[in-house]
Formats: sequence, C-alpha cells, structure tokens
Amino acid sequence: MAQKQFAGVTVDVNDEGYFTNSSQWTVDVAKAVAQEEGLQLTDTHLAVLDYIRKSVEGGAALTIRSMGKCGIVDVKGFYGLFPGAPLKKATKIAGVPKPTSCI
Amino acid sequence: MDDNKQYPLKKVCLICAKGSLEDVYAALVMTNGAVMEGIEAKLFFTFFGLDAITKTRMNSLKTGTVGNPAMRMPGGLPFPTLLGTLPGVEAGVSAMMRSQMEKLDIPPVDEFLELITAGGGEIYACKLAVDMFKLKKEDLSEHVSGILTIGDFYEMCGGQGTQIIFT
Repeated sequence: MAQKQFAGVTVDVNDEGYFTNSSQWTVDVAKAVAQEEGLQLTDTHLAVLDYIRKSVEGGAALTIRSMGKCGIVDVKGFYGLFPGAPLKKATKIAGVPKPTSCI
Repeated sequence: MDDNKQYPLKKVCLICAKGSLEDVYAALVMTNGAVMEGIEAKLFFTFFGLDAITKTRMNSLKTGTVGNPAMRMPGGLPFPTLLGTLPGVEAGVSAMMRSQMEKLDIPPVDEFLELITAGGGEIYACKLAVDMFKLKKEDLSEHVSGILTIGDFYEMCGGQGTQIIFT
C-alpha cells in the first residue's frame, strides 16, 4: 500500500490516490490534497466535504444527483466548486473511497 | 506507454434515434457519465429519440413489451409476447421500470437533462426529424441548446480523442 505526505501527515492511499483510512483525514490534510488537485478550499468547499464524509459514514452511495440535493450547492454549483470530475475530485479531497455510482 | 493514458477520451458525441425508455436512458446515462468524468459530451436526438426532449412526452416514455426476448416477469419467468399486447400492460411495465430506476437514484428524463447541462453537457435536436414530426422549438425542453442538421453536429465532433456513439 502506498503512503503519501500531506501537510506533514503520512496518509495511506491506494494507487489512484484515494485514502484507504478515512480517519487520517483533517482539514489541513484536505487543503494539501486540494492544492495537488489545483484547488484552494473555501468554506463552501469544506461544507461540501463535511457533507460527503458524513454521507459516506452513514453508508450512502454518492451520486451527482444526491450532491445537488445536499442543501449546500446545486449540481451546477458542485461542478463549479470541483471543476472537471467533481464527484471523483471531491471524494478524493474528502478522504473517502472513490464512488462507484454511474449517475 | 499505456495508450489509455497517452490518448485519453476527451469528447463523446452521442446520437439517440430511438424513443423507448431503455434506449433513451442508455444515451442519458452515457452522456451524464462522460460529463461526470470531465469528458466533453454532446447528445443529439433524432427520429423517435426526439420524444426524450419533447416536453409533453419526455416523462412518460415506454418500454416495448412486444418482441423483446429479454423481457422477464417479476421472478424471472419469460414474458409472453401476447401478454404484452393487452391494453395497459406496456404502461404498467414501464411504470415499474421507472420506479425501479428511481430506487437507484436515476432521475426522470427532465431532471436528467438538467444534470447533464448543469455539468456543461450539451443537448441537440435533429432539424430533419423536428420538421418531420412538425415540432417547434417551444415544444422541446429548455435544456436543448439548438436544432441542428447532422452536418452541423459533425462539425462539433472534431478533435483528437473524440468518439461518436450511436445508440
């Protein structure tokens, strides 16, 4: 298993860069991961990441559609916050596994 | 070097010419899937596929219950074609399909189009088919970016890493 340094913390990641141990996540770590993805995290980003972590902890399967109903951003806003592949990017920064949904 | 990494898929252009529930959803899922991955996506509806973007029809698409050998009864027994001809069977089966999809968080057609366009995907209608079915721009969903000839559409399909998919 690979390890990576983010903000001085050693984190276990898989070969795609997703955290394999969600408890190693902190806000500072997230900021460092985001920087690697070319993003500066704002409070809105952090609120979305918090929502993602709580949903995944609760066993929910994340979809773009469910993110649009999170109450923080709509779908367009979500694409705006994490440009490109938002669900993949956001889950990587949130320190949770890559989503397996097609929607 | 890995060809997949060296020449990644950058753009998909999909053409949907059929209006049955499963054909339309296949096109919508593939288009939305591309948008989600950060791949540029354009979806062109033609002939009966236009039902998917016609306001009055888009949310009541049906799945054919006649002549579909893969159709099964709940429980897995084969679905007799003759049963599919009875009034109301097609509507019932289609409603069942839609409710199954809703359980998997697959949205209704209008919301699906919204998901695609919110992520930067584009939806087009075929001019020839629009004329043939005597439709007007205002009959179509607001998510339709334009009514194009196939030539106009092909002009948008250029570039390295582009694929055209006909469903």
